Amino acid sequence: MGEELLVPFLYDYMRRAMAISALVGAVAGLLSCYVVLKGWSLMGDALSHAIVPGVVLAWLVGIPFAIGAFAAGMLAALAMAGLRDRTPIREDAVIGVVFTSFFGLGLFLMSIFPSNIRLRTIIFGNVLGIADEDIVQMAIIAVVVLAALALRGRDLMLSLFDPTQLVVAGGSPARMRILLLVLLAATAVAGLQAVGAILVIGMLVTPGATAYLLTDRFGRMAGLAAGIGAVTGLLGAYGSYFLDGSTGGSIVALQAALFVVVLVFAPKHGILATRRAARVAA
Amino acid sequence: MLAQPISLAVEAISVAYPNGHLALKDAGFTLGAGTICGLVGINGSGKSTMFKSIMGLVRPARGRVLIAGGPVEAALKRNLVAYVPQAEEVDWSFPVSVRDVVMMGRYGHMNLLRIPRAVDRREVTAALERVGMADLAERQIGELSGGQRKRVFLARALAQGGQLLLLDEPFTGVDVTTEESIITLLKALRDEGRIILVSTHNLGSVPTFCDQVVLVNRTVLAAGPTSEVFTGPNLLRAFGGALRQHSLPGATPLPADAVIVLSDDERPLVMAPDGQVMGRLPRDI
Ligand SMILES: Nc1ncnc2c1ncn2[C@@H]1O[C@H](COP(=O)(O)OP(=O)(O)O)[C@@H](O)[C@H]1O
Ligand SMILES: [Mg+2]
Repeated sequence: MGEELLVPFLYDYMRRAMAISALVGAVAGLLSCYVVLKGWSLMGDALSHAIVPGVVLAWLVGIPFAIGAFAAGMLAALAMAGLRDRTPIREDAVIGVVFTSFFGLGLFLMSIFPSNIRLRTIIFGNVLGIADEDIVQMAIIAVVVLAALALRGRDLMLSLFDPTQLVVAGGSPARMRILLLVLLAATAVAGLQAVGAILVIGMLVTPGATAYLLTDRFGRMAGLAAGIGAVTGLLGAYGSYFLDGSTGGSIVALQAALFVVVLVFAPKHGILATRRAARVAA
Repeated sequence: MLAQPISLAVEAISVAYPNGHLALKDAGFTLGAGTICGLVGINGSGKSTMFKSIMGLVRPARGRVLIAGGPVEAALKRNLVAYVPQAEEVDWSFPVSVRDVVMMGRYGHMNLLRIPRAVDRREVTAALERVGMADLAERQIGELSGGQRKRVFLARALAQGGQLLLLDEPFTGVDVTTEESIITLLKALRDEGRIILVSTHNLGSVPTFCDQVVLVNRTVLAAGPTSEVFTGPNLLRAFGGALRQHSLPGATPLPADAVIVLSDDERPLVMAPDGQVMGRLPRDI
């Protein structure tokens, strides 16, 4: 019985799947702190859907899928910024229109090539069936995002909390906004194959929201969110070996379950703690 | 420490927002070192816009701002300009502690990675002690009273070493005791040679701590020493219909026309009939 639990570690492809899921989970978790504090969940959702047509087109042209996906994400971001600045349409409607257009185009392109397994893997997420070169692409993206956050993370945080102070300190909030947009699109691309285009937003929001309930310090929030992302990424990939289900489903479902537990039991901001405090005050 | 003492010259600036609204037109004034100046005007008169121009957040379509004799960008690079934001502009639930916020004042002194060194920690601790917030340094900023919140951002300006301090509506939502303790601190900072520019639409407190006054209403109506500028006729020009004139309650031991009480909000101003400012009332009447 106990030995059976170790079986996934015997297979090379399982070890690789667990490692890359943990890495992408950690990076997405880290970034989710900025997404949550900026209030960009909807923007993240839009970007992660908008990259789908880029994946299909990259496959058609024969370039690495990450490049096509990233280009589509940036194009969507530009389209959203353009529509927002040039029309009186409200921002949420702009985001809704752009991302469904891109996603719809992506699904349409896919329906023309229905039998391509690799495309389906990328878009719906199946880390167990992932190709080696795709793992390399994901790892490169993850490392670049980590490096960018190590270098500019503090300025990015300041741009969310107090953009004027960033100006006073000689920085540029506009540049930080673009940086966050680029990191978001890049991480969505990396997360695609782990959990799929539809669920990747979960990895980019839930760990940060969970960590936000657990601490009042940004550093700890970032550490917790990265940890949650890594552990759920690893466990989700591991579990999907036995469940024969989708890795994306198990990773994001794990994160959601953890969020619910924290929401109820968090020591200070949990529902029970808030109720207790209200009773004491009364 | 400074090559030359701090100074501020706003030279006939006109500022328009992208939507075409002309918020300031030909507005100008100058301030020298060691001054507390009140930037006084009704809501929407352009006080925050003036601050944004001084910080380089908006670029005047015409005119220019000189800080210590040079352009705004050079002053920002030298960390000369520090600002204390309006309370409504701050996200008080953001996961940062009092110490974290004060440390943000040191960012401009750090390298690109913004990793604090020993000198940054020392300055932060000194600033926290100066405003009396050292004991609360590890608190999340939302867990503070209105006055304590103000002092955190003042400490940030001190840690930054700013010589030109911009305070946007610092007394809104702050009780009188706290207001007085902040004013004491501002006076001490002025005596060290800083320029402190405080925007307010709260008339009553202005004569108690401002050496100079700049009256704004989409331009600078008048600027200069408080005793010359902060007069009844000027205030009526600046505030127009927004000003309420009160007569005193019947029980006061004064003839009916001995004083004039003007108020825009909670702290009414008391003037003699000739327009000379006499002081303020602690409460509304
Ligand atoms: N970002 C903006 N875009 C367009 N108009 C603005 C903007 N900010 C302020 N205004 C307008 O400029 C005028 C001056 O505003 P502001 O400087 O904030 O006044 P105050 O701080 O004195 O209340 C107001 O009429 C306001 O509506
Ligand atoms: Mg204002």
